[in-house]
Amino acid sequence: MIAWMPGQGMGAMLAAVDPWILGWSLLTVLVTLGLGYWAAGKARTASDFFVAGRGVSVGWNASAISGEYLSAASFMGVAGMVMSSGYDALWYPVCYACGYLFLLLFIAGPLRRFGAYTIPDFAEGRYDSPLFRKIAVLFVLFIGFFYTMPQMKGAGTTLAYIFQSVDLRGGWLDILAPRSNGVAMAGFPYWAGVVVVGAVITLNVALGGMKGITLVQAFQYWLKLFAISVPVFVLLSVYGGYGKQLATPHATTGGATASALAAGAGADPAPAVLPAKAPSDDAWRHPFGPLTTKAAKAAKLSAADSRPYALLYTYSLIIAVVCGTAGLPHILVRFYTNPDGVSAKRTTMWVMILIGVFYVFPPVLGAFGRNLMPSLYDGVGVRGTDKVVLELPSVLGGQMGSILSGIACAGAFAAFMSTFSGLLVSMTGALAHDVYGRMLRPGSTATERMRMFKVCAFAVGGVATVLGCFVEPLDINFMVGQAFAIAAASYFPLLFMSVWWRGMTMAGAATGMLTGGACSLFAVSLTSLSAFVGKPWLPSALDLTAFWAAHPLLRILCEQPAVWCVPLAIGLMVVVSWSTRSRVPSDIRMKMLVLHAPEALGLKQEYVREHEGH
Amino acid sequence: MKSNKEGPSDLVHSEEFLAGLKRRQLALSVGCALAFLVVLLAMPALNYLVPGWMAHEVAGFTFSWLVLGVLFFPFVWVVAWVFIQRSIRLEEAEVARARQGTGVGR
Repeated sequence: MIAWMPGQGMGAMLAAVDPWILGWSLLTVLVTLGLGYWAAGKARTASDFFVAGRGVSVGWNASAISGEYLSAASFMGVAGMVMSSGYDALWYPVCYACGYLFLLLFIAGPLRRFGAYTIPDFAEGRYDSPLFRKIAVLFVLFIGFFYTMPQMKGAGTTLAYIFQSVDLRGGWLDILAPRSNGVAMAGFPYWAGVVVVGAVITLNVALGGMKGITLVQAFQYWLKLFAISVPVFVLLSVYGGYGKQLATPHATTGGATASALAAGAGADPAPAVLPAKAPSDDAWRHPFGPLTTKAAKAAKLSAADSRPYALLYTYSLIIAVVCGTAGLPHILVRFYTNPDGVSAKRTTMWVMILIGVFYVFPPVLGAFGRNLMPSLYDGVGVRGTDKVVLELPSVLGGQMGSILSGIACAGAFAAFMSTFSGLLVSMTGALAHDVYGRMLRPGSTATERMRMFKVCAFAVGGVATVLGCFVEPLDINFMVGQAFAIAAASYFPLLFMSVWWRGMTMAGAATGMLTGGACSLFAVSLTSLSAFVGKPWLPSALDLTAFWAAHPLLRILCEQPAVWCVPLAIGLMVVVSWSTRSRVPSDIRMKMLVLHAPEALGLKQEYVREHEGH
Repeated sequence: MKSNKEGPSDLVHSEEFLAGLKRRQLALSVGCALAFLVVLLAMPALNYLVPGWMAHEVAGFTFSWLVLGVLFFPFVWVVAWVFIQRSIRLEEAEVARARQGTGVGR
């Protein structure tokens, strides 16, 4: 990652960076590249590339799914949100875990039995419609890119954090120094991290496909668990238990400087004073705090009047995250990598355990952050509470602090890389398998498709990297939330209804999926405009601040649209399918049998034979 | 419902087999989903209706934080475990039923 820097600048730069942080991060990147290269040597057939030859063992696959699942939002975002919003942020880790359970209960089994390579395969197979395959491909790419951007943003900001003490000004590399309004600043450019992570993962995916990244992602899960749990255990042993951290009282008058606080907190018997921006102990520890009452607060409602709004916000958030998780394309494609249905179920059990264990830790770090590093409340986003996971170990001081900070940075790198590689495989698969292999050149050989897979990996990786360079102003959690809201109102209703209701038609499925997805995209984008208020390019007509203050209910329904978008999508599917019921596929009973009958009965093979006979 | 001559594979292709299969699978999935949805969806409601009770202190935690931040994950494992065991057993029973071709329910 530093090969392009001239020799003399490099020595000076490295001297300014904590060697432990640099060492651990570099090691993560090198091990990722090395494992990917090693595994790539074993990936030969097209099936290896698309679904890892369908022969990944339960342990490896469970670790790989978990590694893919725990993204930048899980690793850094959850702790940051718990620190800034308190109790209400706990819904995120809980619903991420529940979403996976939902997937297991309703979607995973049937989808696996149907035996398609990708979601577009399923869409076409279920409705006998090449048109629907095209729509599904577009959606895979759309949601995929949406979800890649926050990963890229995380990578860029983490690298900038690691190299924050580097000063590129005045030398050879002056041109690379980050600039604010044309003035060069100390630090490292944001885009460098995006390019490093983009290049490493694109290379891994292009070389080894699904098989190449399975091993890498499995390794990255264990690295992430190690990187989040070790600092927690050390902090617990030094500063006392989880419960004690939650019960520590604070004063919130502001006044004392933040740095004096950071030094004195923890051991100090008098209540520590939090910066003015921090929520009070009451709002932080109890439900319906700053996150869920934001809209009602803006409308200047009393605490009692804002509670029903907060309740609605909470329910909508739960629906969005639970259903959105069940609709993420890169998670679904992994179910196809198990050799049979029973091992797919065992894998899922292990995934539940692995991600559940992981999600206990980030909120603990958030609680520690509130007590030990209240100065972070004064920053915004990645300069504030979002970096609590990376920064917190440094309160331990000395070499221990540096080593643990380094481990945390390595975990963060693993988080962006594994989720990005999963997304890249599913998007590349959609292009190479569905667009090229099924639409453009149905007669292409397996070797040609494999070559196309590599070409597509470079193309998709390049586009994702370029997009990632432009999203610096957006918030990680916000972007992830958007991706989930769209997936919840489009993919989830599609999969759920297609699997369980035989009366679904292509017209119903497409109408519901597109309307639900478009409505939630529109609603969420409307609220996101407020992040840009004050920017010169934003027309003043789009400054909705006054409107939102007058209509807190509308604000909540737009910020968390799942509560109306998901029922809307399902309702449309039912109504449109019913009115086009003459167009239900003629062999629907056979399709339903393949989806539901145990694999041991061999109905899938029979179905394929019949279809080839047509 | 079927003559013996048609053999077991026709039971598999019959409307009754599919309807029974889907009904049993859905009953299992919905039952497990209800088990965790009731708890998940009751949490905000309890926080709303009986905030004082949910704020009871347990070793520094509020009761509500203890449930959501720690205890919920083992609970999800139990639901997943029960579902997986039962669905494997359900599949075995369906295979046996189809092979015998008797059409007798469980």
